[in-house]
Amino acid sequence: MLLFAASRLLRAALTILFVMTFAFVVLRLSGDPALLIMSVDAPPEAIKAFRQAWGLDQPIWDQYLSYIAHAFTGDFGKSMRDGRPAMDLVMERVPATLAITLPALALKIGLGIPAGIYAALHRNSFADRLTMAVSVAGFTMPSFVLALLLVLVFAVNLGWLPASGADSPSHAILPIITLGAAGAAIMARFTRSAMLEVLGQPYIRAASAKGVEWRRVISHHALPNAAIPTVTIIGFMIGSLVAGAVVVESVFAWPGVGRLLVSAVANRDLAVVQAILMVIAAWMVMANFTVDIAYGWLDPRVRGAAAGH
Amino acid sequence: MGVPLVEIAGLTVDFGNDWRSRAVDGVDLAIAPGEALGVVGESGSGKSVTWLAALGLLPARARVGGSVRLEGQQLVGAPARLLESVRGKRIAMIFQDPSSCLNPVHRIGRQLGEALKLHRGLSGAAGEAETLRLLDQVGIADAKRRLSDYPHQLSGGLNQRVMIAMALAGQPDLLVADEPTTALDATIQAQILALLAGIRRDTGMALVLISHDLGVVAENVSRVAVMYAGRLVEEGLGQDLFDAPRHPYTQGLLAALPTLTGPRRRLAAIPGTVPEPGKAPAGCSFAPRCPLAEPRCMSEPPASRRVGLLHRAACHLQIEPGFSAGALPRAAE
Repeated sequence: MLLFAASRLLRAALTILFVMTFAFVVLRLSGDPALLIMSVDAPPEAIKAFRQAWGLDQPIWDQYLSYIAHAFTGDFGKSMRDGRPAMDLVMERVPATLAITLPALALKIGLGIPAGIYAALHRNSFADRLTMAVSVAGFTMPSFVLALLLVLVFAVNLGWLPASGADSPSHAILPIITLGAAGAAIMARFTRSAMLEVLGQPYIRAASAKGVEWRRVISHHALPNAAIPTVTIIGFMIGSLVAGAVVVESVFAWPGVGRLLVSAVANRDLAVVQAILMVIAAWMVMANFTVDIAYGWLDPRVRGAAAGH
Repeated sequence: MGVPLVEIAGLTVDFGNDWRSRAVDGVDLAIAPGEALGVVGESGSGKSVTWLAALGLLPARARVGGSVRLEGQQLVGAPARLLESVRGKRIAMIFQDPSSCLNPVHRIGRQLGEALKLHRGLSGAAGEAETLRLLDQVGIADAKRRLSDYPHQLSGGLNQRVMIAMALAGQPDLLVADEPTTALDATIQAQILALLAGIRRDTGMALVLISHDLGVVAENVSRVAVMYAGRLVEEGLGQDLFDAPRHPYTQGLLAALPTLTGPRRRLAAIPGTVPEPGKAPAGCSFAPRCPLAEPRCMSEPPASRRVGLLHRAACHLQIEPGFSAGALPRAAE
């Protein structure tokens, strides 16, 4: 188990380094921040001074090595816009994002998994078909369409909820529903097929043949096996807690990491974009790492393979 | 035969709406307490489905008709609670692929313990002691260490032993072994069959051995039933049936077997294949492949008739014992 964890940890570190490098190179290839921030018609001396101040006149590998070296000490550079440390700017947005993505995650799991299990156990029934039809609608509809629809109905027509902003808890409701609906739909479909797959396995029939009552066959024999593939999707959803709300935050003017990312990219605020990508990568890697650990815990076959049996 | 333990009468199983697509079509079969019955047939002949239907283990879309009585108690259409009290406790069943019949995420000890708690109310230290005894009974060495193993850590043969131990946990009156050795190596096959024979001798449990392998059946049971395309075509004591088969299908099966003694001869295959579900003829389902078929065989289903002591066959023709359809020259040759 320890070896299993250690090998995953090493892979995680390499992944983060790769993402940092990739973001660094791509951002420097995609345009000159000096021209964007200073405006094109600024005097050449001013642009030169800006480049010197931010080290943009250095060779790219010098910039890269100094960036990595600073990153190891926790310094991710300063925002070119307002001069504050980029990581601080990002971190102060994280709570706002989590305030909508965490309840949305609860909605995805709390609604999607029971719906998927129910649909699988009542395969081809009316309830199954209805659940799956709603689910298809849920995950094929782009989130901005659903967001606008919800605004139209609940904010404009009924006037029950605010359309955008973040002044009160009620402002969070529509973003949470928008995020949660699509995820719950995916979760339901995935849980249903995982459950159907498991219900067709010989050990389910064998458990019934043993005399185990059906409810217990479901709870003790089918669910623990169906949980294994389902964990992959949950891990993916946890991975997107920090940055999975870019579109929704923009539509609802919610002051989270997603909106910061959009404005930082538009402004070529390199340090901020890099800091956000770094946080996303670290969070994603952590989520995957947790999923791997959960796999080992749920599936003895994976545990055995990792321990070198 | 005395009072039967299990009596199957007119059992039918349909998966579709067409009567021609019947998986099991009017099977009558009885097993006496302690008896060993072999059920032989090709895959798709309905031999497994018959027993899955008897225990209510088929998916909901299967429609089961007829009757299955366990000491007089009707099992077809019985409430789930009754069936659950029969499964494992009165009638246990083991399956073809033991490694996929054990739950991959639970330890062996836990899976055995579940059966013991269910049928005998044993748990804790008593449960573990009985678990060890069962594993020992099925010939698993180092039982204590095996308790904490997962199925993927054991070989197919060991997993089948665990399945048998689990079946024995409820001290059933009948064990239905559905192709128990098909997925195993030949040497392990012999060990598992010997184990089953030993357990029967010790416990007096009845056994239904389902197999497509005539050799396996011949050596391990006293009475044999032959199934073809969902119907029971011949049934008799092993020796009678093997020495003097009366149904052309049984004769064909036996002619397809090599003999260790006697002159070398070309093995005779039965021409054609089993009819697909929904494409069986109105009459005898073997008629399209039967070298002796007459016009009425295609239109009238033959009734099962007595052809000897405890020997029945479902064929229109009065075939003499000793006659072998497989040895007939065929038009195609």
